Amino acid sequence: MSEPLVFHYDIDGEDFISAGQASIQIKKNLRRIGLSPEIIRRVSIAMYDGEINMVIHAKGGTADVMLYEDRIEIILADKGPGIENIEQAMQEGYSTASDTVRSLGFGAGMGLPNMKRYSDKMTIDTTVGVGTTVTLVINLI
Amino acid sequence: MKIKDLKELLDAEVLCCEENLGRHLYSACGCDLMSDVLAYVKDQGALLTGLVNPQVVRTAVMMDLVCIVFVRSKVPTEDIVELARDNGIVVLTTGKRLYEACGILYSNGLGVKATKE
Repeated sequence: MSEPLVFHYDIDGEDFISAGQASIQIKKNLRRIGLSPEIIRRVSIAMYDGEINMVIHAKGGTADVMLYEDRIEIILADKGPGIENIEQAMQEGYSTASDTVRSLGFGAGMGLPNMKRYSDKMTIDTTVGVGTTVTLVINLI
Repeated sequence: MKIKDLKELLDAEVLCCEENLGRHLYSACGCDLMSDVLAYVKDQGALLTGLVNPQVVRTAVMMDLVCIVFVRSKVPTEDIVELARDNGIVVLTTGKRLYEACGILYSNGLGVKATKE
């Protein structure tokens, strides 16, 4: 199999207002490649929620989107506080976000559940005090 | 329903992408919580909200929404409008409240049936 096409983004954690720029960019890139609107939407929503999460909880991180022939993999890595209780974090409505974040329309406890909803496979590798890496796979066939 | 019908029904002012007023709408959601908007994908929809920040536009872009209506006479800043313009999303502002605006659109048939016109 040929090497995947890789898009790398650094997610700036300082500014919530600019969060989502990488997701807009990936959406444009995938459109240019000519993937189906449904796939593009799933990838960009999942990544947007991931991006918002990294800005809210981890002061930013990196996002790598790898386009294989049969799937798209999104690897979201941060050096944030880690997730203490993954089961709790996966519950819709559970959130540890600040009131500031909530006043901006996020922090409703839908981030990880949405990422799972829009991907075919999600794995979370997290260590408290070290960071979190979320890997999302979206099948193309 | 077309976006221009929505504009008339809500007595709304167009802030950008007037050239797209002829696009069809098949659904709408009224929400200030962008996380919730992201949880429910609808094709060619409108987002009605009282929340004003760039994340509203980014959420609309991710969801392939075609129209954003700011309610309660809220007017977004130029950078927010510019972001919407870049993405071809029609931005409107109406003096109506969220509940009333949604009610008017629903009673005129928007989103009542899941099938396309």
